[in-house]
Amino acid sequence: MSGAPLLEVRGLHAQYGATQVLHGIDFRVEHGGVTTLLGANGAGKTTTLRAVCGMLARTRGEITLDGRHIEALSTESIVRLGVAHVPDGRGTFAELSVDENLRLGAYTRRDKAQVAQDYERVFGYFPRLKERRRQQAGTLSGGEQQMLAVSRALMLRPRLLLLDEPSFGLAPLIVQEMFEILAGINKTEGMAMLLVEQNAALALRLAQQACLLETGRVVMAGTAAQVAGDEAVRRAYLGA
Amino acid sequence: MTAMGGMLLHQIIAGLATGGIYASVALALVMIYQATHLVNFAQGELAMFATYICWSLLQAGVPYWAAFFITAAGAFVLGVLVERLIVRLVEDAPVLAVVIVFIGLLVIFNSLAGWIFGYAIQPFPSPFPAQPPFGNAYVSSHELGSIAITLVLLAMLFVFFRFTSLGLAMRAAAQNPQSSRLVGIRVGWMLALGWGLAGAIGAVAGMMIAPTVFLEPNMMSGILLYAFAAALLGGIDSPGGAVLGGFIVGVLENIVGALLGTELKLTVALVLIVGVLVIRPAGLFGKVHVTRV
Repeated sequence: MSGAPLLEVRGLHAQYGATQVLHGIDFRVEHGGVTTLLGANGAGKTTTLRAVCGMLARTRGEITLDGRHIEALSTESIVRLGVAHVPDGRGTFAELSVDENLRLGAYTRRDKAQVAQDYERVFGYFPRLKERRRQQAGTLSGGEQQMLAVSRALMLRPRLLLLDEPSFGLAPLIVQEMFEILAGINKTEGMAMLLVEQNAALALRLAQQACLLETGRVVMAGTAAQVAGDEAVRRAYLGA
Repeated sequence: MTAMGGMLLHQIIAGLATGGIYASVALALVMIYQATHLVNFAQGELAMFATYICWSLLQAGVPYWAAFFITAAGAFVLGVLVERLIVRLVEDAPVLAVVIVFIGLLVIFNSLAGWIFGYAIQPFPSPFPAQPPFGNAYVSSHELGSIAITLVLLAMLFVFFRFTSLGLAMRAAAQNPQSSRLVGIRVGWMLALGWGLAGAIGAVAGMMIAPTVFLEPNMMSGILLYAFAAALLGGIDSPGGAVLGGFIVGVLENIVGALLGTELKLTVALVLIVGVLVIRPAGLFGKVHVTRV
């Protein structure tokens, strides 16, 4: 499958009830690459991520992972192909401990020794979680829960990581740290990412490819540098 | 020991024995409740039906413990099938529709048992010796054995849910189905497994109570009520609370029966249900849910 991108989305339509949210979206995530979806609230970014991992009932269009069609698969099956999702609103298991949340992240993996190493790896990234490993996830602060959500996704050792607002609820300093960690993982492990982020400046620094969505359509796509250099984008999203 | 003290001790032990049964059925109710937020009214009838399966096996000459384990396994399969074939169809239906389905299942299994096995009351054997242990008059072998089996069952469940990854996945699926799918858990199957486990627990409870109440299609109706009181007392979303509630209800019921007459036994359950709902709806160990509107 050389040449084919890791994730390719073509003509993706999605609707909630009678409301059409996506009107034929095209984009791709290269092997080891980071693509970011930019756009205002309601542009369809979160919907796109959900559609990719099979969480929406009514979608149309093609989604391929490494050349394999996944649009008809269940969420569970897509996850088992190595796609982890840090969803909008974190989705941690509030009544379970930090440890149990992480164990669940690696639920589908059978390589126990590797999993044990990955515990230490995420605790290395987020030492705060190690201190709180026996604590109920629901009692963590918002920022800590976000770290836990990202860590849980990393425990899958995914080929593709979907991130919906990883900076949400984090203090500015922690946001910087989180993005450095993500950039490090992308560089050293070649983990591909599809990133949705309000903070466009941060997102464009991490990503190689960028897509600008407006009301369910891609209105601009290119390398992160091209998109960041666009005058309209600079005015609307980068505050420059 | 004084006559009064001896009587009380006997009632407490007998109460713990039936309490263990209530605890098991209450636990089965809580397991389904945690996943669906509904009380499975058919839980008792599933247990009764399983007990009839055991009875048929015994009639056919199968040794007791073989019949016991075959029945528990059969009840597990029955629970899984009920979830996959029936409950699953109403997964997204309004609450009232699901409640009606549960009540329908109750009536169906009750009638099926009557149709297949007849309504005549049947004696059901205990696996434990008829002589009281240690030659005392306060406790029968069946009571003691039934307490032991209940405790072993509860310990096994605790270990399963606490320490195995399948147990963890089942807890996760009950709490947060969407996040569970996002870590690759097959949520539908976890719910079916929960029904299977609840079915097996109920079957064990049925086989342990049948020697005392005798086997007939309505044998679990009173027990389901006590179990419901136990689950409410402990907190309908707390497995540990349901177990403790079961033992409390069992002992309370027996002491009240001994002191005030057996006619009032069932009243205990009803008073407890109403009392808990009025005074402390979350139960002793349940979480108080606050919803932002």
